[in-house]
Amino acid sequence: MAIKRGRGVAAINYPTGMNLGGDPTQALVHSTPTGNFMVTLSSVDLGQGMKQIMAQICAETIGVPTDRVVVDTADTDTGPHCMGTFASRGTHRAGNAVIQAAKEARQVMLEVAAEELEVNASDLETDGLGNILVKGAPQKAISIFDVALSAHFKRGRSISGRGMFLIPRSYPEKETGAMKPSTCYAHACTVAEVEVDDETGEVTVLTVKNVFEIGRALNPKMVEQQLVGGSWMGISHALYETTEPYYPNRDHGGTDFNQYLMPGPGDLAETEIIVLERPSADGPYGAKGPGEMCANPQIPAVANAVFDAVGVRIDTLPITPERILRALRAQAAT
Amino acid sequence: MAKVPVQFTLNGSETAEFIDSGSTLLHALRDKIGDTSPKGGCHQGTCGACSVIIDGELRLSCLTLAENCNGTAITTTSGLSEGGVLHPLQRAFLDAFASQCGFCTPGMIMAAKVLLDHTPNPSRDEVVQALSGNICRCTGYEPIIQAVLLAARANSQNAA
Ligand code: FES
Ligand code: FES
Repeated sequence: MAIKRGRGVAAINYPTGMNLGGDPTQALVHSTPTGNFMVTLSSVDLGQGMKQIMAQICAETIGVPTDRVVVDTADTDTGPHCMGTFASRGTHRAGNAVIQAAKEARQVMLEVAAEELEVNASDLETDGLGNILVKGAPQKAISIFDVALSAHFKRGRSISGRGMFLIPRSYPEKETGAMKPSTCYAHACTVAEVEVDDETGEVTVLTVKNVFEIGRALNPKMVEQQLVGGSWMGISHALYETTEPYYPNRDHGGTDFNQYLMPGPGDLAETEIIVLERPSADGPYGAKGPGEMCANPQIPAVANAVFDAVGVRIDTLPITPERILRALRAQAAT
Repeated sequence: MAKVPVQFTLNGSETAEFIDSGSTLLHALRDKIGDTSPKGGCHQGTCGACSVIIDGELRLSCLTLAENCNGTAITTTSGLSEGGVLHPLQRAFLDAFASQCGFCTPGMIMAAKVLLDHTPNPSRDEVVQALSGNICRCTGYEPIIQAVLLAARANSQNAA
């Protein structure tokens, strides 16, 4: 009877979005009379940072500071249609829709500015600080504040845009079964080191080293936050979480969060996160969906590490002490 | 059912309310008084989201009868900032990106405040211990632990 060490590795491809009946998200963008911009969405910010990212994307596209953009989310009575914030699709799908809407709004904004400055709209550029300048002659400029006032009160223009991003449904080819069920793959690889007590079946995760390839990190601190929390959740899925702890019969299952186990602040593995940025071709400013995949590779990595430590393959989650002990007993019997 | 009066100091202000006998402090704070900073996660003492400070001690408001709080001084997270300036712990939670959905955050901050009030320079283990009654689904805890250590450092620098 001993405590044994093992190391496991796993790598994943993770798709963005889904392929049920097509995967659409819409966005609307309009300016206020003072040249702030409102993004209207039905996508939900549940802490993953949707509002911040959509504000950044809109601001970048229109050419204003991020704090000039307000994002209104999650009223499906009044907002444009979104399939929802799941399948790691929020940044990619809604982001693309926001870019399209913001481009249209930007075009109107430049047309109004062109009328005010008596130049061609194609000769104008934004400085990212809230001003529109004539290319090559930056002394000839107008603030977006004044452009919006002019559009609203003088020229009768609506500085606004519509955005729609749709991944159409992919059907399998009859002959080959080939299809394209998802787009824009993110990637991850995890190496986990564990100790397994072959007397009690207990697993301690010592270290988790993760590499995530997520397209471009539009907000690096928020990406890191997501990945650190996700890596913890992957360990939680691997070793703890189930609504049916340890027994086949539902009657013995957990009934509340007292019995739904998760690692606490005292159970943290030493965690390392490395982000690789390879901008995606069809993502908003190169982004992919890092959302759910950040909690995936730890699970097979831990299962492989347990195998490396004590030689048993656990193929049912979570990898509980009981399952390990049963497997060890079965192994000893053969 | 007959209502009973309760009276306590909430974040420095005298507060009085009529409540149903037997209702929890969490219910009184959120649904009667309108301080929604304590969150109702499990309503059975498991998650820590409802944590408040009563007479200097960390308490689970979901397991505390409101009528037992007569004459006490209660602090919630909504009472921490002063004149629009965030409390050092709130500042540190922001700076350390220690909040995602934010549901656990008020409870975490309450637990951390009681820790720092008694132990201004805690070790990492002491922080972990202090937060062990609070569940977070999003952050993986490490950013929260770092935020509390950051607030402790900021406090000791200010004191120096
Ligand atoms: S709501 Fe009080 S501990 Fe969960
Ligand atoms: S930030 Fe979501 S539960 Fe802690």
